[in-house]
Amino acid sequence: MSSVDARPGSAASVEKPRVAFWNDPEKRGYIFQAVLLAAVVYFVYSAADNALANLQKQKIASGFGFWNNTAGFDIGQRLIPYETTSTYGRAFWVGLLNTLLVAGVGIFFATILGFIIGIARLSKNWLVQKLATIYVEAIRNTPLLLQLLFWYNAVLKALPEVRDSLAIPGGLFLNTRGLFVPEPSFGPSFSWVLYALGAGILGYFGFSRWAKARQAATGQIAPLGLAALGLIVVFPVLVYFLAGSPLSFSVPELGRFNIRGGVQVYPEFVALVVGLTIYTAAFIAEAVRAGIQAVSKGQTEAAYALGLRPGPTLDLVVIPQAMRVIIPPLTSNYLNLTKNSSLAVAIGYPDLVQVFTGTVLNQTGQALEVVAITMLVYLTISLSTSLFMNWYNARKALVER
Amino acid sequence: MKKTVLALGAAVALAVIAAPASAQTLKTVKDRGVVNCGVGTGLAGFSIPDNQGTWTGIDVDVCRAVAAAIFDDPKKIKFVSLSAKDRFTALQAGEVDLLSRTTTWTLSRDTSLGFNFGVVNYYDGQGFMVRKKLGIKSSKELAGATVCTQQGTTTELNLADYFRANNLKYEPVTFATNDETVKAYESGRCDAFTTDASGLYAERLRLANPEDHVVLPDIISKEPLGPAVRHGDDQWFDIVKWAHYAMVTAEELGVTQANLGEMMKSSNPEIKRLVGTEGKYGEAMGLTNDWAARIVKHVGNYGEAFERNVGMASRLKIARGQNALWTKGGLQYAPPIR
Repeated sequence: MSSVDARPGSAASVEKPRVAFWNDPEKRGYIFQAVLLAAVVYFVYSAADNALANLQKQKIASGFGFWNNTAGFDIGQRLIPYETTSTYGRAFWVGLLNTLLVAGVGIFFATILGFIIGIARLSKNWLVQKLATIYVEAIRNTPLLLQLLFWYNAVLKALPEVRDSLAIPGGLFLNTRGLFVPEPSFGPSFSWVLYALGAGILGYFGFSRWAKARQAATGQIAPLGLAALGLIVVFPVLVYFLAGSPLSFSVPELGRFNIRGGVQVYPEFVALVVGLTIYTAAFIAEAVRAGIQAVSKGQTEAAYALGLRPGPTLDLVVIPQAMRVIIPPLTSNYLNLTKNSSLAVAIGYPDLVQVFTGTVLNQTGQALEVVAITMLVYLTISLSTSLFMNWYNARKALVER
Repeated sequence: MKKTVLALGAAVALAVIAAPASAQTLKTVKDRGVVNCGVGTGLAGFSIPDNQGTWTGIDVDVCRAVAAAIFDDPKKIKFVSLSAKDRFTALQAGEVDLLSRTTTWTLSRDTSLGFNFGVVNYYDGQGFMVRKKLGIKSSKELAGATVCTQQGTTTELNLADYFRANNLKYEPVTFATNDETVKAYESGRCDAFTTDASGLYAERLRLANPEDHVVLPDIISKEPLGPAVRHGDDQWFDIVKWAHYAMVTAEELGVTQANLGEMMKSSNPEIKRLVGTEGKYGEAMGLTNDWAARIVKHVGNYGEAFERNVGMASRLKIARGQNALWTKGGLQYAPPIR
């Protein structure tokens, strides 16, 4: 088969050797690609055609007309106004926002907890290190669904009923219905505080750039922590009092069935966030540990040899290098957390899957459309997270010289 | 655009509706040797497995009647336990031949979901259960209450309607299965639990302290519960409908499991048509002419099934009420077999 191409003389002549097209690897490659493409297209087409034909034969409604129909059911936790008379489309957005909320909050806490546990696993303190190891092994090796049910039932069963609510100083109430916290209401001049906060953050970034440049030029280190405290905390607080404390709280109080007023944090939400955080943190901890251990010990020793103290060594030498190893698995853990939030359905948290592929699918009976929309949504969320983390990864990547 | 998205969705969810909708369910069932019957996840009196794993209940008896009519054997059934949320997809996709699981007959289910409902094997209505110590006498006093309910049910919609119509505020908490809903109510997550009244009585018995809970007298909706089949197979639809009517007719005529032997020799033309000693009514449906006799032999008449599962002979002790025969002031009425 190689007799034609491998002839030593052919290299000298410019024109290609004449071979049958089925023996030409390049053309053959195109043919195989075309055949594969045609097969895939045909498979998708026939699958879609079959499904449509079956839908029509059974006279099942199809299409997306249901989107603007009245939903007729209620949803407990909602971030945007939603009534029984709202549309299925509105219910979709309520569910989606609940999913994003639980994913966002879960990612935030899981990252913090994961880094703490990951560093604790490398601690020189025997007890801390063992506890972290037990945590990681126990949590990683039990199913998430089981853990969610445990948290939900543990959270619920341990709490008192509404009438015997635990009153926590500061106007908080805790009972089987969740945590009730005072609802903040912002006065018109509260915006000044926000402006002050924004200005403080901008100022801090400006200061840190200046400090870095100065350190590069003169070697002097500026008190960055003190500057952060002053600009981001003290300055807005000062403005708050100058503007006449434009923030008041409506404190919850005990009603006949429920607690009136205040903001209710639902136990389903708490259980889901706690479950997802604790579960994902175990995986993040392993990624963090792996990342830190991937930085060779020689780096630390070299830093010490240069006279750096342990703090700056970790900050300036170890962590920047470890981050390169940590970020890719961190990304996939974020994606997992977001997708795992769909287990909300087991504990009655109204996320996208519960509201949309649960109630809406059931009321409209349009499984194909509803499932397709839900899959597209998760795909979009996951790809967006991936894109962001890839961008962050590229920024942190080793700049080779 | 709409088309492409639909096509994409169709391809993605291919697994859901891959089974071709057969217009020959009876033949498929006979070849397979069992009826695939969709039942509930465990509701006393309607569909619940006993400690030997045998399914019993008034909904299960519809499946048993169909199997008895076809195979002369009420055990030739594969029970598929379905949550309220999954039941319709399972029937649409052909996973079950027949859905008999406290399903309310509504217009949209009868049309756009692609199902046929023909008979009502239990007339029900939605109610509320609350803790006795709340001292509530009527569901109108539930303003501001948190209510636990099962997702994807007419109950969920009626609940929203009722509170909207009465201009009351409430807080819904919905779960995918009945068990989770009841557990949440029992743990105090909700003030009230709502479902069909029959379900309330059944679930109350399963609570740790039934005496601490009370079912409110108000009924807020019509819930005609009955078996459903897919569109597109009239023969199968007829068999399911008439399996129920045979049981009602048997009760009307006083044909019971015990006296069936005598009744086979009866000279009453109505009884003769029912038990198949006159006419060829079974063959018209693709069955044998003793189809109804088989149903009575294995399952009994409607009254017997009612008393055994939900009536006075059961733990539920539900009165016949609307489910009595039309001759006794109820709504159960069978068209004539002729």
